[in-house]
Amino acid sequence: MTAFESAARWPMVFFRWLRAIAHWLREVTGDDAYERYLEHWHRHRAIEDGTSEHPLGRREFFRQRENERWNGVRRCC
Amino acid sequence: MAATDSINNNGLLKIVLWGAVAILGATAVGAIALHRGESINSAWFVVAAVCVYALGYRFYSAFVAARVLALDSSRKTPAERFNDGRDFVPTNRWVVFGHHFAAIAGPGPLIGPTLAAQFGYLPGTLWILVGAVLGGCVQDFVILLFSMRRNGRSLGQMARHELGPIGGFAALIGVLTIMIILIAVLGLVVVNAMKHSPWATSTVVATVPIAMLVGFYMRDARPGHVLEASLIGIALLLLAVAGGGFVDQDPVLRGWFDHDGPTLALWVIGYGFAAAVLPVWLLLAPRDYLSTFMKLGTILLLAIAIVVLRPEIKMPAFTRFIDGTGPIFGGKLFPFVFITIACGAISGFHALIASGTTPKLLSNEGDARFIGYGAMMMESFVGIMAMVSATVLDPGVFFAINSPAGVVGADAAQAVATISSWGFPVTVNQMTELAHRVGEMTLFARTGGAPSLAVGMASLFAGMTSDTLIAIWYHFAIMFEALFILTTLDAGTRVGRFMLQDLLGNIVPKLGRTSWYPGVILTSGLVVGAWGYFLYVGTIDPLGGINSLWPLFGISNQMLSAIALCVATTIIVKSGREKFALVTAGPLAWLVIMTTWAAWEKLISPELRIGFIAHANDLATRLAAGTLPEALSNSATQLIFNDRIDAALTIFFLAVTWIMVIDTVRVCYCVLTGRHHPPLSETPYEPREAGLMPKPLSL
Repeated sequence: MTAFESAARWPMVFFRWLRAIAHWLREVTGDDAYERYLEHWHRHRAIEDGTSEHPLGRREFFRQRENERWNGVRRCC
Repeated sequence: MAATDSINNNGLLKIVLWGAVAILGATAVGAIALHRGESINSAWFVVAAVCVYALGYRFYSAFVAARVLALDSSRKTPAERFNDGRDFVPTNRWVVFGHHFAAIAGPGPLIGPTLAAQFGYLPGTLWILVGAVLGGCVQDFVILLFSMRRNGRSLGQMARHELGPIGGFAALIGVLTIMIILIAVLGLVVVNAMKHSPWATSTVVATVPIAMLVGFYMRDARPGHVLEASLIGIALLLLAVAGGGFVDQDPVLRGWFDHDGPTLALWVIGYGFAAAVLPVWLLLAPRDYLSTFMKLGTILLLAIAIVVLRPEIKMPAFTRFIDGTGPIFGGKLFPFVFITIACGAISGFHALIASGTTPKLLSNEGDARFIGYGAMMMESFVGIMAMVSATVLDPGVFFAINSPAGVVGADAAQAVATISSWGFPVTVNQMTELAHRVGEMTLFARTGGAPSLAVGMASLFAGMTSDTLIAIWYHFAIMFEALFILTTLDAGTRVGRFMLQDLLGNIVPKLGRTSWYPGVILTSGLVVGAWGYFLYVGTIDPLGGINSLWPLFGISNQMLSAIALCVATTIIVKSGREKFALVTAGPLAWLVIMTTWAAWEKLISPELRIGFIAHANDLATRLAAGTLPEALSNSATQLIFNDRIDAALTIFFLAVTWIMVIDTVRVCYCVLTGRHHPPLSETPYEPREAGLMPKPLSL
């Protein structure tokens, strides 16, 4: 690999890092929770219960999620 | 295990590398401990901390993981077994780390070390490092793992299953009382930061509508777009900090936000009640997003500032106050430093988080070490940074900000004279000028840690940016502290309410229903009333309130920690690894001894600023003789009553701790002698699917 080629890889590496951080931020904040819920629903629920009901809508999903999340100790001193 | 088989070139390199880390760490700790000059550079603190954590993680946590707990990456975790897409979700380890750290890191590790700085920088620093590596990190790690092996059960449930009903009940009541004391003392810290400060008060008040706006945005405008909404909220919060400056300049507006402690305490109590009965999406959830972003961002900024600026530490290693005469809180170095710094060294509260959401997210048992031990190391480092921020101030300034008027005198000239006579020179001019620069009327008697930490942080941040911004940075720091203290207050009140509903539901089933509104109002009112009482009395206490409330908080937090370590020790003994029981029994013994000692002092000490009972008796005698100053005689009856409540609580904490310890000894004795005892409640081993098997763990 020439010096030029290895130098040219740096922007790519940097870009990959940025994407990884953005992905981490979305997942850790729950920003992508609905997408993950849909994926989970399509993979499991539909097969398991065989029902043809629809998954929750975006709005409804977040409404339920917020209420469930604050039922236990989530924040510390 | 696998890695110990041969020492090849790579192995040799590792030995050299870790040897170097050990030597560097020992040098840095030695430099901190033996230094006796004018000032010492904070870089030593950072190097010492990083080396101690690295060694602790690489060697001690590996030993605990492999030998004591036998982590098994081939075992299915609850997240994998129950994967329901809601509670139990196999999650990337870095994401779990982020969640877990955000959950455990609260205001505790910032405030405790700041208060403990009255002993000098050394005692607190050593306890933060040693306490974390041998105590706190181990506690979080083992509780997380034991909960994972029990389908993510809570600490209270584990106590009931492993020890029996007595242990279970003690844990439940312990959690409820610690919550009350915690919220009261945190509320007091916020009140003392807002006292007669229109800038700080208006900024903190502005956080409420901002959170609500974010709540509406996340629910209705763009449902679930958390990042977007949080960024808007943060921009608004920064505007609010700047806007507070305008409020401060305006003669009419500033009158609206200029209040004394007791009035602000009533505001906080009213706010706490509203937050507890309002729906979660409106206030609690959006406020939590904002405060988590703010918290992580500011901690990162602080770390950068300390590493870049490497400020000089001006506090001596030890101050004269190790003899127990300290102005912020009374009590000797032993045992009081160990209950003043709970969070940052070892905090029982973490056991609730480690047995709450986190164990339901891990997709690999092997990650429990990284999450449990690792996240606590990070929190401990936050404690070290708080210690640095508090001790970069001139000691005279530090004590002038933190000493309550009842100790050094309400008059500025009198206060500086007292503090200077202790050997920490400070002048009225210096304090007036500093207050003016950070946009405050006065900085005297701001007991609680928040303002002095904010001054320290502001001087660091201003050092990185511009000196003209110090007022903005100061109020930014106050806003950041208040924001997540209020989040803890909201969340804690809510949890307290659920627990109370659970308890009362056994007697009156209707009260247990979370959807029955009168029950919600009643139980919320009871919880808010309980912490509100301690908060209000704290603001009228001439000794500053922190003097009595912070030790109570420390004792209750260490009691919770003792409960967690009792459960952990029992489980270790039951699983036939009693030869390693010292890993948890050691920290347990230390905590029980120190906490009992401190609690005992708070009860029977004849020193008025230490012993609750002595203080009550003294006030009663002087009240009867009519020798109290007028201002004090109005509140004396209330203060006497409060002292007695505090004493009763201390006895209660002592009793709970010792009941747990005796119950643990009983169960362990039964296990070792083959008598009848509750069986180990571990979920049976279930292997992961072959394709998912990670590489085995090595020591």
